Amino acid sequence: MSTIKKLAVLSAAFGVLAASSSSVFAQKKYDPGASDTEIKIGNIMPYSGPASAYGVIGKTEEAYFKKINAEGGINGRKINFISYDDGYSPPKTVEQARKLVESDEALIVFNPLGTPPNTAIQKYLNSKKVPQLFVATGATKWNDPKNFPWTMGWQPNYQSETVIYAKYILKNFPNAKIGILYQNDDYGKDYLKGFKDGLGAKAASMIVAEESYEVSQPTIDSHIVKLKASGADVFMNITTPKFAAQAIKKNAEVGWKPTHFLNNVSASIGAVMKPAGFEASQGIISSAYLKDTSDPQWKDDAGMKAFDEFLTKYFPEGNRIDGNVIYGYTAAQGLVHVLKACGDNLTRENVMKQAANIKGLELGGLLPGIKVNTSPTDFAPISQVQLQKFKGEAWELFGEVLSGDVGG
Amino acid sequence: MSAAAEDVVTEAPAVEAVPKRAMTLGLGTSLVVLAALVLAPLFVKNFIIFQMTMLLIYGLAVLALNILTGGSGQFSLGQSAFYAVGAYTSAILMEHFGMNYALTLPIAGIICFGFGFVFGQPALRLSGVYLALATFALAVAMPQLLKLNFFEHWTGGVQGLVVTKPDAPFGLSMSQDMWLYYFTLVIAIGIYIASVNLLKSRSGRAFMAIRDNEIAASAMGVDVALYKTLAFGVSAGITGVAGGLGAIAVQFVAPDSYTITLAISLFLGMVVGGVGWLPGSIVGSAFIIFVPNMAEHISKGLSGAVFGVLLFLVIFLVPHGARQVAIVAQQMLGKLTKR
Repeated sequence: MSTIKKLAVLSAAFGVLAASSSSVFAQKKYDPGASDTEIKIGNIMPYSGPASAYGVIGKTEEAYFKKINAEGGINGRKINFISYDDGYSPPKTVEQARKLVESDEALIVFNPLGTPPNTAIQKYLNSKKVPQLFVATGATKWNDPKNFPWTMGWQPNYQSETVIYAKYILKNFPNAKIGILYQNDDYGKDYLKGFKDGLGAKAASMIVAEESYEVSQPTIDSHIVKLKASGADVFMNITTPKFAAQAIKKNAEVGWKPTHFLNNVSASIGAVMKPAGFEASQGIISSAYLKDTSDPQWKDDAGMKAFDEFLTKYFPEGNRIDGNVIYGYTAAQGLVHVLKACGDNLTRENVMKQAANIKGLELGGLLPGIKVNTSPTDFAPISQVQLQKFKGEAWELFGEVLSGDVGG
Repeated sequence: MSAAAEDVVTEAPAVEAVPKRAMTLGLGTSLVVLAALVLAPLFVKNFIIFQMTMLLIYGLAVLALNILTGGSGQFSLGQSAFYAVGAYTSAILMEHFGMNYALTLPIAGIICFGFGFVFGQPALRLSGVYLALATFALAVAMPQLLKLNFFEHWTGGVQGLVVTKPDAPFGLSMSQDMWLYYFTLVIAIGIYIASVNLLKSRSGRAFMAIRDNEIAASAMGVDVALYKTLAFGVSAGITGVAGGLGAIAVQFVAPDSYTITLAISLFLGMVVGGVGWLPGSIVGSAFIIFVPNMAEHISKGLSGAVFGVLLFLVIFLVPHGARQVAIVAQQMLGKLTKR
């Protein structure tokens, strides 16, 4: 064969190669779990066990995807939402995550709940290169794109929230004597760390009392009595709803009137303020990023109207004032945004790429001015909150939208 | 009044006497089961292999409880505590000291043996439901102990510890899951054979004598105190090894993994498998792993209730668990072969 012929064959070969590869690029791209007709989304929730109250989030998301499917799906593809129960037990979470990835072949694992369950599956999902998208926990460590490029958080993290309170205290109450009550688990300790970091060098001198309780305790009354006795005039209340209501009530009973900071987890009018009594709740300071569904000021808000419409049509059994419902609603909207942005390129890599390129996304459930923002180096989608004070029977927002990003 | 209370205390626990030959499977059946366990992973997905590994691990933990309850007649609702100690021992040795995973297991076993032996001392004064409650306390306390600030440097506190999964050694071309399965299988078989031998030995006879009648046993010269604590130690030791294996398979330990729910699951596995029938342990283990999944499949919101109904049916229809099923099957097989 002459050189010219050889070259001709070679160029022809390249031509064929180029043609075939370009036709590949023009085609739709799929990873396991995605096809022309459906997108499989995996999810893990504690439908049973001690944290089963959060199971509502999964049910809300399921209802929301039903709505999306009824309206034609995402770019013509229906969402197949596969949600499993792990009972908040990490070994079970691992089993369910493996089932989702290896047996059901879900495209991504979306919004799995709880810090210990998510920690248990983080390494596995990252080694399998399956997105662990918008995890339902406020721990700080999920914003770590360098070490865990397949894991992304969702809500403002606990540490950034207490950093904001600490800064506020330093500015407005520089001579405060602070008493802290916190739940003795990952959630309470993360909040506590943020608070101390926020106070910085003054933490040791300003904090006069620190009390912790276990979730299994029936009441926290004795801790409140001790905190009062310490002479604290600022109260940092890091508790879950049941205990927050107890603390507010007990404060009023023993006549302790500190400036009361309440973490966002318990800033629910329906679940905390009302049971504790509106009179006892006056002046409590907290922060928020979601609209409180029991707050009358959102009555004519467009986002809230859409939410109500969704509830009546697709999720009539949902409890409107349960904060978990609007949480699940908002997270599901976030996912739909990402999947729409993926277009016909439904690979796991592209899902992460689109999730890491959200710019100024506004969702109906978020407070005005709070936007979802991500970048390849910022895996904390919602990182803004606004301070609010309890007045009358509702929260009154004050100050600007604050940002307190803390990296993992 | 006090006489009635005493009656309850001294009464032999409600464990039926199982003759020692009935505690095991025949050689033929054992080999069939073994062959199934060895060959099955070659044909299934990694996920199923992982589930089978967990089946063996929980099977070991149920077996350990079976030795304690079925063998020596003592109740325990605290097995999750021993399981947790084993799991944390393995995890800490692997992650903080870089020790080989295989070496951490005997250490986990020994530490748990000691732990169980020491706990067995106060247990001597208690029996029946009282002992069950005392061990229950241990299971409730364990997750909180693991969270203590004092240990946090080692245990990772509430965040737990992430464990690295071992690769297959000697360059074997086998997935991590498959290697871990066979590794677990070898250990499980070893412990199973050792347990069968233990129950057939002098010590095993002493256990059973205590179970059947404590006073008669001591009259025969059995050192009741020693053998009761020994049974606790052996049971805790095996549970510890299972815990260590569990930590390696799941790749994560956290206080939330070892709550009282686990202890109750293990107890349930033992009852479903048949109290005192060692091969039943694996059946019981299958029950606690797969039945909740089935229940969830039937109804998500009511998975707990469905599980309850299934459990009730099992206890109502076959109160002696898998042992009863096995005996019936054997009788039917016998009739068929005679014909």
